[in-house]
Order: sequence, then structure tokens, then C-alpha cells
Amino acid sequence: MKWGILVFPGTWSDRDCMHALTTVLGQSARYVDHRETELSEFDAVILPGGFSYGDHLRCGAVARFAPVMEAVTRFADRGGLVLGICNGFQILQEARLLPGALLRNDSCEFRCEWVHLRVERAESPFTRECRPGQVLRIPISHGEGNFYADPDTLQSLEQGGQVAFRYSTPDGRVTGDANPNGSLRNIAGIVNARGNVLGMMPHPERACEPLLGGADGLWILRSALGTLVAA
Amino acid sequence: MAVASPRRNLDAVALTDEEYHEIGRLLEREPNDLELGMFGALWSEHCSYKTSRPLLRQLPTSGDGVLQGPGENAGVVDIGDGLAVVFKIESHNHPSAIEPYQGAATGVGGILRDIFTMGARPLAILDSLRFGPPHDPRSRYLFQGVVEGIGGYGNCFGCPTVGGEVYFDEGYAANPIVNAMCVGLVRHDRVRLARAEQAGDRLLLVGAGTGRDGIHGASFASVEMDEHSPDRRPAVQVANPFMEKVLCEACLQLNELDGVVAIQDLGAAGLTGAACELAHRGGRGVEIDVARVSRRERGMTPYEVMLSESQERMLVLVKPEAEPAAQRVFDKFELHADRVGTILRRPRVRVRDGAAVVADLPLDALIDGVPIRSLMATGAAAPETASVAPLRDPAATLLELLARPNLRSRRPIYRRYDHQVGNNTVIGPGYDAALLRVPGTPKALALTTDGNAAFVTLDPYVGTQLAVAEAARNIACTGARPLAVTNCLNFGNPERPRVAWQLHESVRGLADACRALELPVVSGNVSLYNETNGLSIPPTPVVGMVGILDDLDRRCGASFRDEGDLIFLLGETRDELAGSEYSRAVGAPLEGSAPLVDLTAEARLLRALHETIGAGTLSSAHDVAEGGLLVAIAECALFGGQGAQCPGLSGQVSPAALYFGESAGRVVVSVAARRVPELQKVMAAHRVPLQALGVVGSGALVVGHAVRLDLEALRRAWETPW
Repeated sequence: MKWGILVFPGTWSDRDCMHALTTVLGQSARYVDHRETELSEFDAVILPGGFSYGDHLRCGAVARFAPVMEAVTRFADRGGLVLGICNGFQILQEARLLPGALLRNDSCEFRCEWVHLRVERAESPFTRECRPGQVLRIPISHGEGNFYADPDTLQSLEQGGQVAFRYSTPDGRVTGDANPNGSLRNIAGIVNARGNVLGMMPHPERACEPLLGGADGLWILRSALGTLVAA
Repeated sequence: MAVASPRRNLDAVALTDEEYHEIGRLLEREPNDLELGMFGALWSEHCSYKTSRPLLRQLPTSGDGVLQGPGENAGVVDIGDGLAVVFKIESHNHPSAIEPYQGAATGVGGILRDIFTMGARPLAILDSLRFGPPHDPRSRYLFQGVVEGIGGYGNCFGCPTVGGEVYFDEGYAANPIVNAMCVGLVRHDRVRLARAEQAGDRLLLVGAGTGRDGIHGASFASVEMDEHSPDRRPAVQVANPFMEKVLCEACLQLNELDGVVAIQDLGAAGLTGAACELAHRGGRGVEIDVARVSRRERGMTPYEVMLSESQERMLVLVKPEAEPAAQRVFDKFELHADRVGTILRRPRVRVRDGAAVVADLPLDALIDGVPIRSLMATGAAAPETASVAPLRDPAATLLELLARPNLRSRRPIYRRYDHQVGNNTVIGPGYDAALLRVPGTPKALALTTDGNAAFVTLDPYVGTQLAVAEAARNIACTGARPLAVTNCLNFGNPERPRVAWQLHESVRGLADACRALELPVVSGNVSLYNETNGLSIPPTPVVGMVGILDDLDRRCGASFRDEGDLIFLLGETRDELAGSEYSRAVGAPLEGSAPLVDLTAEARLLRALHETIGAGTLSSAHDVAEGGLLVAIAECALFGGQGAQCPGLSGQVSPAALYFGESAGRVVVSVAARRVPELQKVMAAHRVPLQALGVVGSGALVVGHAVRLDLEALRRAWETPW
């Protein structure tokens, strides 16, 4: 399987994604420059974390105009798997590939720490190897990860089963204390209606080796792989 | 050339009358305004080390594996496999006192540039911070702003901040200490030294436009502060970590091109400093045309262009034939580059504004001509009398200590720093030393910053040795072997005899300790004049240390891990309380003798730790430092979520010193029962005192009849909010 890892000016988890996909999972992957316009060679693409264009103006607001984003939209429309992590999630929202917005953390501070995620939807292409309600331990690292959507959007996300992950306690309870940033309904990640585009604030690429504190991120990357193999 | 009564500018450039006369003597004429400004910047303490240079010659700077010692942007040490570690620590105290966010952020930016200009990819950042008491509103503002600034820069740049230290003391209320260390990795064959050796090579100025920010920053950093210092805010630069991230990636690609000779960061003294140092190191000269420099503002004079400290700018030195290839890299990263100068054969710096020559100076005079300041140094270590109130309630005291700003959990700070990006952080912040994987190898680097100003205040010679010993011990607790040192000497106004004496003794201590532990000092920074309205900071040498762990499988953590493990104390506890957090908590004056430092015993302890951890004997190892033995045990318990059952501790010393004294050279370890004989054998072989303390387990910390506290109570105290 071949993965494309998008690189905008200011992206920094591109190298971590490369490491997770190639060194840990033995996949084939290549960096994709923000000026490229064709993604058809790839089976899946990742929009990694970072501060694209310095997050100037608004997180992801400049990156969505990069030439590669038109190709990402076409790629998603054709059903290709698109994974937006952290800043990548913000960019996907700005590009209208996913609904809602990510506001400043309610603490008004950056947060880098391990959190727990309850898998809300286990049949999506990115969670098919998980059990419903399974709890994954994965780090966050963001200042603006406070998920917001208007009530109608929120309802349609819930009804359509588009909430992929919620922040939870280690035993899977969705509580206020488990919410690191004030996200509505503890939402940590969502998929589009078709299920082939996932945006999430936590960093699965940082949780692929026990040496670095945990390997639960592999559940997500392996699920995507399984989807690709099955397709 | 217009000479406009330059004497009136001496204050602005922070030069003395004597220095001004010396300039006239060296030039055999009066300097013009621009020339005087250039002298002011390069003859500042910050750039010239005119006060500290003779002292720094004492430091051991060579040794096995040292590929580059002091004098370049950063030191370089071999770590095998064709790889080298590049590192340095630097201060940004003065700007942070005026504008904490930008001051700290640009401090991180500057040290990152020092690393990637050497060709190395930044691997990690550490900090060392000191502020006034957190209940003081001004100190709190500085503390919050500095933490936000460090995080703001490192997080956006994408380099993890993996460790550091922060302490609070009245003595820093007006002058916070903000030191940042950066560590990078490079292949041996890609180390770039910033020296111009070939006349005709071209200088390209890359990155941000040049503005009016930061003019005289180097000079400002070299004088004491007063109530007018806030007016110096324009001397503080503004950070753009996004630009720096792009610059870093571009520089690392440039570094793969053969015709790129050197990359030099524009830091203190801006274009003047960068161009002159680049040429001077190679024994050449340089010509700069300020008319070719892209600016952010209109109407800038040559003076402003040459002395601006606008951030995120680089000088790239290329062979003429390599310029197109370099330009292609800049285009790829959408960076702007101006060809602003050329290397000259003769060692002069000539500044032009188009056709007009606006400055023309001999480089030797500018860089090496500064008269060395000899200091009047007098002082003595504190007298040996120290009276500390006797200990009444060890349990209550332990809770009180754990809640003190100097000891409580640093998590509210480091969770604001991305400490994981790069996927190499094996042990992150909050423990003894951070441990970073060396990608592509089974190795890891252990990193730490340490300094205890209370001990240095009591005895600068011993206190600085203690900082070296503690750093080495922190490294050794992970299983790594200490490799080399960088240092930042933060002191008050050296024109005061007592401060001069502190500086003198401190450098002597640093040199002796590094020699004794066979650790070369490969880079460093001196920050003097940390004084406001006549009040100097406590003497604060900070030691940054790097260690190497050959096999990551042979690492050790600080947390109590397995129930039933036996707990031991390595090292000797003496009747020492002076300078301790305990004595501060009970309101004792800062007096008495600093803890004894025995470097041969430390060296034996380091070897013993390396051997036992290497053999997999230990389950955990944690340095006993601020707060003493009970705090160290409590920390191991809190880290691991495992209590400890200790029968009554006893010793030849007072209960206060036993529980809370800060004798050096001690480590708390835990070990599986069946491996105790190995531990005993190795410690005996290295003559390291070994004392059984108790057993890991249960949800409480129990020490005889003196302490019985459940982990939750300990945690509540330790996690006291800021």
C-alpha cells in the first residue's frame, strides 16, 4: 500500500508519520509537497500535524488554499482514505471536508499529554480493527483542539454515527475531567458521512511503539491498512 | 565619511571612555557613528566575553570524541556510528525581564539556529529558569510569559522540549533567568563550521526581512537594568517560529550541497556579528552592501541595518558556482535571499551603502581588540555556622516541602510544551534526565540541566562542582554515561568585587569538576550584569549535560516499579542542611557550609550505576536532590503509583538532615530481592555506601513511626496548583 504524507510549510509531524508508516508498519510512503496537484498514485493520504503557515490567521485557514488541497478533495470524493491529524484535522475542516471547528482549548493553554479515547464507531475504515467502546491511549499536542459545531451539525454527526472518538477516562467513561480541551460532547475525532475521511486531534503516529509510551495508535493505522487490503 | 561627534553615543553602545580611546588608538582615527555602533556590539560582554574570557581558559575543552569545542555556534561530540551530537545552552535573561514571551521565545529561536547552522537536525530543547516567588504578581507574570514563550516557539517549530528545571527565589524577582539548551544530531561528514576561508565566496542573507527590532540587543544584554529598562523594549526582538521552521528545513537541505561553505545565524549584533565572525574565524575579511539588504521598514539607515537583531535570518556562504543550486533550495522553500556581500582576502570589514563606503575597520580590532577587563575579586565562602530549627513532625514537613514551588510537580509547566514531537522521547520531562532515542540506532542520549544557586551562594567553588556532579548523577540514573558539558554562567554585575569573586570561584569549580569527571566543556555562554537597581541575582551557573546510552534496552526509570522490590540508598548522608529547601521552609537564613562534594566518590557512584543498570540489576534509580531523602522516596512512589514501607531510618545525623538534608552523591534505587546480592557486590567493589531503606508496595509511604501518608495525600501536596 502506498501512503502520501502531505507537507505544508510549517508541518512537523510529517516525519513522525513517515516513521510510523515505514519503519514501524513497513508501508511504502512518500512526502507530498503542498504544490503538487495529483494524488492518484496513493492508496491513502495523511495530513499531518504542525503549524502550517504558522497558523497565521486561523489554524488551517491558509493551508486549505494550497494547490494540493484540490487534489485531496478529488481524492476524498473518489473514496480514497484521508486521515487528518491535529493541524491536518483543522485543515480538513477549513477545506469543508469535515464539519465543525476547533477552538482554543478551554484552558487557554497548549496541552501535550496522553489521553484516553473511547472508540465510538468501530465499523469505519479507520477503526474496523477496534471493538466498539474500546479505549485507546494516545497523546494530544495542541492549543486549539476544542471541537465545536452548531447544534444541527452536532445532531447530524451523532445520528450519522460520525463521531469516531470521544475523550474518556481509562475505563471508558465520558466525563468532564477526561476532556482535555473543552470539546463539545468530548469529541476527539470525526469521520465524514461516507466514512473515508477521518479528522482527529490526538496523534496516533506518536503511539506506535511501546518504547515511546504506548502503541495504541496502531489500531487506527492498522484499521486503515485492513480497509485498503480488503478493497 | 561623516564623523558626527560620536562620543555622545557611548551610552547607547554601552562602551566606557577607556574603550572608546582604545578604539581611536587601534584605528588611528575617530570612528564614525556606524563604526562605533559596530564596536559597541562586538565589544559588548555578550559578544566579546571581555570579562570572562581569561577565566574561561581554565575549562577543559578537549577530550576523546570532541570534534568541535567552544568558539563555534555549538560544540560537537562524537557518539559513534558516524554520528555526532551538537549542543549548546544560552541565556536570554535581559530580554525576558522586559518582555517575557518574546524574550523567552527568541531565546529558544536563537539556540535552535545555533544547532541547525552546524548542519544538525535539532533533536530536543531543555530550559533552566529562575523567577521571584510565584505569589508575587510581577514574578508570576514573568514566569507565565516565559513558559508560554518557550512553548510557543518550540511547539510551533516542532522540536520537543524534553526537560529542564525551574526554581523560585526572591533574588530573581527583578532579574529572571531564562536559559535554553538545544541538542541536535548530525553525520560527521556534514558538520558545518562557520568560517570563511576563500576570498570571493558570496554571502547570501536569507529569511526574514531586516527591521528596526533588537537594535543594540547585545549591548543591552551587557549592562545592568534599572527603572528605565522597560524603555529598552525595542531592543527585544520578535519571534517567528514558523519562518525558522522553514529556514531550518532549507538549511538542512543546503547542507547537503557541496558548494555551500558555511551557514551563520544572525544573532547578537545582527549582520555585523555574523559577517565579521564568519570572516574572522577563517582569517579573511568581508564586504557588505547594506543597499542590498531587504528591509521591513522604510528609511532604515546603514547603522540600523548593520545592528538590527531581527530574528530568523541566516547568512549562507557559498562558492560562486553553487549560488544557483542554493537559490533553487530557497525557491523550494519560498524563502527570499539577497546577495549582500563577498569574502575579502584582507582581514577587514568594509560596509558599503551602494557606492559609498560607510564603514571600514580592521577585523582584528573589532573582534579581538577589546581590552580585557580585569576584575577586582574579593569574597569568602559563607561561615560554617548554620542553625536550623529541629525537626518536629516529619510527615507534615514532607507534605509542606512537596507543595513548595521549588519541589512540587512541574507537570502544569511541561504539559504546555510539546515534549514528544520527533518520536524519540523515551523519558520525557519530570524525571532525572530526559532520554532521547538516536534514530536508526539502538542508542539514546540522556539530557539534563542543573544548578543550585543556594549552594553556589554559600560557596561558589563547591556549589558549581555540585551542579556538575548532580547533572552527571541525573544522566547516570537513566543508565547513560556522561559525555560532555555546556554551561551558562548567570551572574550579577562583575564590577562588584563580590560578584567577580563568585564568577571566579564558580568557573574554577566548573573546571575542576569537569576535569575530575573527565567531561569536556564544548560550548557555553556567559550572562553578566543580571542586576537591577544595584541588586545582583544569586550566582547561578547552569550546567547542561549530555550522556550516551549505548543500548536502549539497558535503560532505567525513576519510578518505583514492582511491588516487593527492595529500596536502597546509595551514598552517604551527612549532617548537612545549609542551603537546603528544608532550611528555607523553616525560615533559616542562607548561611553555613555547602554540602561536601567528593568527586572521586561521585565518579565511583557513576561507574557503579552504569554497571548495575547495564546489567539490568536495578528496577529504578532516582537522584536525591532538592528536598532530600524523603522527598526523593516520595517522588519515586508518586512517579510509579507504588508506595514504600520503610522501617525507621537511622543514621549518625540529626533527623532533619537524615530526612531532608541535601548531601550530594546519593541515589535512591529499587531492586528485585533476588538481585540484591549483585547490587551489594558492585557497590562494594566501587566502595559506594549502601543502606537498606525498605520495600516497594502498598498505597502509602510509611517510614517507621515518623511518617504514614497515603499516596493520595502525597499527590495532593505535590500537585498543588500554581
